[in-house]
Amino acid sequence: MERIPILKMGEFLLVSIQVDMHDRLAMTLQEDLTRRIVQDRAHGVLIDISSLDVVDSFIGRMLGHIASMSRILDAETVVVGMRPAVAITLVELGLSLPGIRTALNVEKGMDMLRRASGLKHFESGEGGHVSAEG
Amino acid sequence: MEKNRATSLTEILSQHENEILEDWMALQLAASTRRADLINDADLRHQSRDFIAAFRQAIATAPVNDISAPGWDTVRGLVAEISRTRARQGFTPSETATFLFSLKQPLFRAVSREGGGDAAAVATDIWNVSLTLDKLGLFSTEIYQKSREEIISRQQRELLELSTPVVKLWDGILALPLIGTLDSERTQIVMESLLQTIVETGAGIAIIDITGVPTVDTLVAQHLLKTVAAARLMGAECIISGIRPQIAATIVHLGVELNSVVTKATLADAFRIALRRTGQTVVPSAKNNQEARVGTHPDS
Repeated sequence: MERIPILKMGEFLLVSIQVDMHDRLAMTLQEDLTRRIVQDRAHGVLIDISSLDVVDSFIGRMLGHIASMSRILDAETVVVGMRPAVAITLVELGLSLPGIRTALNVEKGMDMLRRASGLKHFESGEGGHVSAEG
Repeated sequence: MEKNRATSLTEILSQHENEILEDWMALQLAASTRRADLINDADLRHQSRDFIAAFRQAIATAPVNDISAPGWDTVRGLVAEISRTRARQGFTPSETATFLFSLKQPLFRAVSREGGGDAAAVATDIWNVSLTLDKLGLFSTEIYQKSREEIISRQQRELLELSTPVVKLWDGILALPLIGTLDSERTQIVMESLLQTIVETGAGIAIIDITGVPTVDTLVAQHLLKTVAAARLMGAECIISGIRPQIAATIVHLGVELNSVVTKATLADAFRIALRRTGQTVVPSAKNNQEARVGTHPDS
């Protein structure tokens, strides 16, 4: 049976959805993910949907459910890489997914998860000073 | 008889071309529809002469009443050109068509003067000329209308392009200054260009400045909230800035919920928040600090 792979990266789980989601696949993913969160004692879930062209209302709701379930299991969920067209469609459908945290790409999503899990990281080379020259 | 009469109209036109032109010019210059502010006498004379020349040629070679015939191509081209120019210059449609209609009187005069005693032939000539000029007048109005519509649609397109720039304020910070009313079509374009720029630049914060939006009703607010929601789904945060006091009052009176969005009164405040969120701060340079304390710099 077709499954979406769930990768473990430290204390986070990484899910990259590369195929078209149908409803059965979504349900399987939801079950697998909750099981793995408990099993691996994960503190964060990162779902990459950058290769998804279509996100319908069911998948949208499913993402919301995954986020809520993870939160109950003490894991933050970040959805990253949503395409502009998908975002517009979801908003037009009235699904603004208020319970889900989002980030632009995997890198920013991981940053967000690290910060959320209380892990300090000191690689802020890009946060420089802006000085007002006279 | 038939052939004879047809040539006579052509003859009258070719023999008395200058007289007719002078007569026509005098009429046009004296007319109340004359727009000396839009076209000068030399240009008007030039246009009139070209038109009479083309008209004479068309009458000599092509069937009189059918202006869609190939023989009338030059005349139609000329009329179209004149109508287009006048539409751009700001003439009204009737002023444009009057240019052609005013040729009737000089032509009628010439025909009746030269027609001899043959009343029937004169009447036929006059009828033909009148019919043809009427058709040309209508044609000119059509062209006028068409070029006006072209101008309008071009301006609409330009307006859409002009009014939705996405500006990069700083690394990771975008600004979207909105000017003019937001309807659903514009919101769509604004949303698309904002999201596209977010993807391209990887910006984490977008400031939507609505200083230039004249009124915010429930629909506009809904459009704004949609844009904010879509940007959030992509992983970018939105700040709405430039809310004027009246607009704040309207929003509250209408009962629009803007609680889910960070709002600021000015773009500067929004920018400050955005810098803080991206881990950056604005500090005055040490030199300026000293100057500020001393306060006597000759150049500042």
